[in-house]
Amino acid sequence: MLIQIENVSKIYQLGQVEVPALKHISLSIEQNEYVSIMGPSGSGKSTLMNIIGCLDVLSEGRYVLNGQDVSNLTDDQLAQIRNKEIGFVFQTFNLLPRASSLHNVELPLIYNGTPRNKRRELAKTALERVGLADRADHKPNELSGGQRQRVAIARALINNPSLILADEPTGNLDSKTGDEIMKIFDDLHKAGNTIITVTHEESIAKHSKRLIRLLDGEILSDQAPEK
Amino acid sequence: MYTFSRINEYIIMAWDSLVSHKMRSLLTTLGILIGVTTIITIVTTIQGLNQYVYGQLSNIGAKTIFVEKYPWVIKGDFWKYRNRKNITYKEYRALKKSLTLAAHIAPEVYTSRNVSYKNEKFDNIPIIGTTEEYAATSSLYPETGRFLTALDVHSNRRVCVLGNEVVERLFSKENPLGRRIRIGVEQYQVIGVLEKKGNFFGQSMDNFVIVPIGTFRHVYGGRRGLRIAIMSNKESSLDDLKDEIRGIMRRVRKIKPADEDDFSINQQDMLSNLYNQLTGTLFAIVFVIGGISLVVGGIGIMNIMLVSVTERTREIGIRKAIGAKRSNILTQFLIEAILVSSVGGLIGIVLGFIGGSMVLAQMQLSAGVSILSIAIGFGFSAFVGVLAGFYPAYKASNLNPIESLHYE
Repeated sequence: MLIQIENVSKIYQLGQVEVPALKHISLSIEQNEYVSIMGPSGSGKSTLMNIIGCLDVLSEGRYVLNGQDVSNLTDDQLAQIRNKEIGFVFQTFNLLPRASSLHNVELPLIYNGTPRNKRRELAKTALERVGLADRADHKPNELSGGQRQRVAIARALINNPSLILADEPTGNLDSKTGDEIMKIFDDLHKAGNTIITVTHEESIAKHSKRLIRLLDGEILSDQAPEK
Repeated sequence: MYTFSRINEYIIMAWDSLVSHKMRSLLTTLGILIGVTTIITIVTTIQGLNQYVYGQLSNIGAKTIFVEKYPWVIKGDFWKYRNRKNITYKEYRALKKSLTLAAHIAPEVYTSRNVSYKNEKFDNIPIIGTTEEYAATSSLYPETGRFLTALDVHSNRRVCVLGNEVVERLFSKENPLGRRIRIGVEQYQVIGVLEKKGNFFGQSMDNFVIVPIGTFRHVYGGRRGLRIAIMSNKESSLDDLKDEIRGIMRRVRKIKPADEDDFSINQQDMLSNLYNQLTGTLFAIVFVIGGISLVVGGIGIMNIMLVSVTERTREIGIRKAIGAKRSNILTQFLIEAILVSSVGGLIGIVLGFIGGSMVLAQMQLSAGVSILSIAIGFGFSAFVGVLAGFYPAYKASNLNPIESLHYE
């Protein structure tokens, strides 16, 4: 079992008012699953993604990721977990604007102490994998949207994470480029990676093998997407 | 541990960041640059002066003491000293006869006269009347010919020893030895020329004529005040020598036990102490001024670093999301502040050295690169970088990754 979420709640404190974003959610995800999470805004899907991605801590319940209980870790411990276990792909790409593709891709390796030469080598390989070997020295503003997202995917892959977490990965792309990106995710899944995408587009969700729908902080349904 | 210990990663990162904002980085560090430039200019200048002044003071000789009417460093009422009696030839004789701890004792009496040889004339040259022992007390060495001898002095001969510049002015190509020159209206035979001593703050040190003291007293009058130069012998300390001098002088002058000395015993360290006091004060003033500009510079750096942290909130979010710990972010921004500050410090060291060299060049002195000023420049600027960078870096390290990622 890769992800085990038991009875998890997340409550935000807005002044005097307590706003529950997730209400007693339980969820398990296996290795090499391809899961998408959908729901209207305010349904709690971003909160769930943040918790799964170890960016946020839960208020109640228990979360075990890859055999390790991460419910009560400190910021720095969570940072290490994110570095090791999770590859993020964001809607807005979130690349460092002044850094080359190569540097962007090698960034996670800087934070686990990989020596420079080894980093370069791994980053080149990762860029090759997304078909951007010839764009290693380009900065994000010299790349198209699809190319930027591929750099981001290379960055997510570089540490061989146990989980790839994609938040609206095609949200800023035209549909043709979006399809290309989704093709990469399909390939990654075939190659054995575990993928979770958060989206509000049915067409994206259809790429996955399992669709979890959220509404008002609760799981509405959890089944294979309709083809 | 995942901490990447190698500091050079951070330095590369910080350098990239500085280079991508060249103008801003320069403006950020301007305060530091000015502060360090100020300090290094003065440090370089003072060190250049020190080297020179100490070199010159050593000419006076650390083992030589001077008995004079006035102290070299006057504290308080000048008129108290003005009313003292002159040091007399009789007192010199008494010291010469009774001192046991002295190696050499030379009386010195001064006037100035026009000096001429054939058609060449040199106005208002200091004329020194003394004995053969003056060579030892003033460390003078003949370049050609000889210095005064005991016989010259004893027989009150009409001979003179010339400073190097006097020879240059009076004798173009001629060998001065044995020639007769005119000092005032009297004729003297040249017996020696002294080695060149150079300049002291633009004042020539080779511009004088030495004659035997008896001759001097006979020709120019015997009632002039003296200065007596006394060099201690190797075994005795200067303090013992001073005590002995005081005892003899007080006895000869019949000073009552309760009364103060009415003469002064001067020594080279009075001058070096005075000089050190002056430069010490100058140092203090400059450090205050430089310190203020460093503080202002530090505030400038802190200000820009805070702006930079806000601007780069998203970058911080990205770095945290992919695994940067607080300490990574803290170090990154701290190093950036230190680097920007150190670059200012480095430029300041260079500019300050150029500035100091220019000031020294005005005095015909040369500057040396000192480890001290480099250490001061780097030390101060890095220290300011740490102080100014810490708060912004701490702020950056505490940012929440989720909020930072969505910061527009």
